[in-house]
Amino acid sequence: MNENTRLERKATEIRIAVLKMIHEAKAGHIGGSFSSIDILTALYHNVLNIDPQNPTDDARDRFILSKGHIAEALWAVLADRGFIKKEELKTFCGFGTRLIAHPNNKVAGVEMNTGSLGQGLSVAVGMALAAKMDGKAYRTFTLMGDGEQAEGSVWEAAMSAAHYKLDNLVAIIDRNRLQISGTTEDVMTLEPLPSKWTSFGWHVVEVDGHNMNQLIEALSTNRRGSGKPTLIMANTIKTKGIPAGENNPAWHHHVPSDAQYKAALNELEAKLT
Amino acid sequence: MTHTALERTKPNKIANRQVISDTLLEHGKTNADILVLTSDSRGSASMVKFAEELPDQLVEIGIAEQNLVGVAAGLAHSGKIPFVASPACFLSMRSIEQIKVSVAYSQTNVKLIGISGGISYGALGMSHHSVQDLAVTRAIPGLDVMLPADRHEAKKMVEALIDYPRPIYLRVGRNPVEDCYLSEDYEFEIGKAVTMHEGTDLTLIATGETVRVALDSAQQLKQEGIQARVLNFHTIKPLDTEAIAKAAKETGCVITLEEHSIHGGLGAAVAEVVVQQHPVPMKILGIPDEPAVAGKSAEVFEHYGLSVKQVVKVAHELLTK
Repeated sequence: MNENTRLERKATEIRIAVLKMIHEAKAGHIGGSFSSIDILTALYHNVLNIDPQNPTDDARDRFILSKGHIAEALWAVLADRGFIKKEELKTFCGFGTRLIAHPNNKVAGVEMNTGSLGQGLSVAVGMALAAKMDGKAYRTFTLMGDGEQAEGSVWEAAMSAAHYKLDNLVAIIDRNRLQISGTTEDVMTLEPLPSKWTSFGWHVVEVDGHNMNQLIEALSTNRRGSGKPTLIMANTIKTKGIPAGENNPAWHHHVPSDAQYKAALNELEAKLT
Repeated sequence: MTHTALERTKPNKIANRQVISDTLLEHGKTNADILVLTSDSRGSASMVKFAEELPDQLVEIGIAEQNLVGVAAGLAHSGKIPFVASPACFLSMRSIEQIKVSVAYSQTNVKLIGISGGISYGALGMSHHSVQDLAVTRAIPGLDVMLPADRHEAKKMVEALIDYPRPIYLRVGRNPVEDCYLSEDYEFEIGKAVTMHEGTDLTLIATGETVRVALDSAQQLKQEGIQARVLNFHTIKPLDTEAIAKAAKETGCVITLEEHSIHGGLGAAVAEVVVQQHPVPMKILGIPDEPAVAGKSAEVFEHYGLSVKQVVKVAHELLTK
């Protein structure tokens, strides 16, 4: 099996796990999880230098899930990578669980607690700056939502990353063009988004956020020495993988009905055969 | 209590923010993990010399307090000891959510230093006053809250914080404060109130710059035959509840003094303990629920009754209850 096929299968398995978690918990953010899962799979199964046996290794790459509301996708990826047991995924959002609806750094592999949008990039800037100060080779990654781009603190952080020439920092935007109230452009105009980032001093790369080839290429390229942080604009489809929910803002945090669940599960499982 | 100064010593000209900067410079020279982060605030935080002598340990973020705290959290997560020095009014309000999530909730070892706190910006007005900071920060789980009473305590506190593994919010005022201690030759323990003066008739509980007012008041009360205990709560959180309960029990009434709103600060914290553990008559002195009047700290304190005159008057009222 070539690497792309392996990653695509992994992403399907993770979509199935997340669908089951949301169905079981009757809660979650299915739309933004499914638009991000290919990105998370590429990171955790190919790009990030991380070791589930040594999750706090000093040399590890850092990843901050700034769009923290898709924690179920993170939990499923961490379980798939062996940071936590797959059985624990059943506790998602249950009483007393560690696997709450936002990242929780009591779980191995989670660097920072997030949940309030617009904070992850600042933290990632701090981590990347520390690597520069200490001459360490690790890279820092963060995944933001596109609705999140309306947070002013994102731009404070963007300015500082360019100022400090953090070429060891990679920010990814899950550009699915929808947020809870409708399209991003109706809620608050973001475009021209790539040129905003370019004008803030970032190196901007646009990719199809569901194309493993393009994701791996963009995420793996180490621009150390370039003097510029990297912004990967991953164009995605909300609820990618469940046709009934694709590009549908109502699926932002929709809990599929039993019939929708069965149909989606069948379609996803069919991809694995 | 031989180390405390009930009576005023010779006038002090060194502001606490200067002491904090000097202490960090001294320790920063041998510990490269000590960083100072500023929001175009190196001048107001007295960090110019630090920036000149240790330029690689001064991280300028510009006028962007949210990013200031977020970057500090990322640096702390990577093993640095970031001291964030920014005006208390902005640090405790503009970036409070980063403080809650990226610092306290994530338990990153960030030292938040709110400078020119309380009403010490005087005529700059309510935008620059920070008299809600204690109420807000002490309600956040995982964040400790401290105010040094004078320059000696400021130094002891910062030295203790370098090795203290938890995130904290520390507030100091803009101007020099008269000494409350005779020297730095005493034991300082985070979370442990200091008995500055022993007394059995009533207790004055103060924090930060009002400790000097409490000591002056105790001196006046002493001349009137009233023995006031003076407790310095340099740490608002974790709160030394034992010292409060003991004071209520042994002295029978409590007056609190703070450069903070009468809502939610030291007085509230003390009242929570008094009411639940040993109810006694109590009075909370502080800034009322209004935009504070313009003036020098001493004038504003006087105006709102954070003064010897008012403390003595209230003491007599409580003692006749």
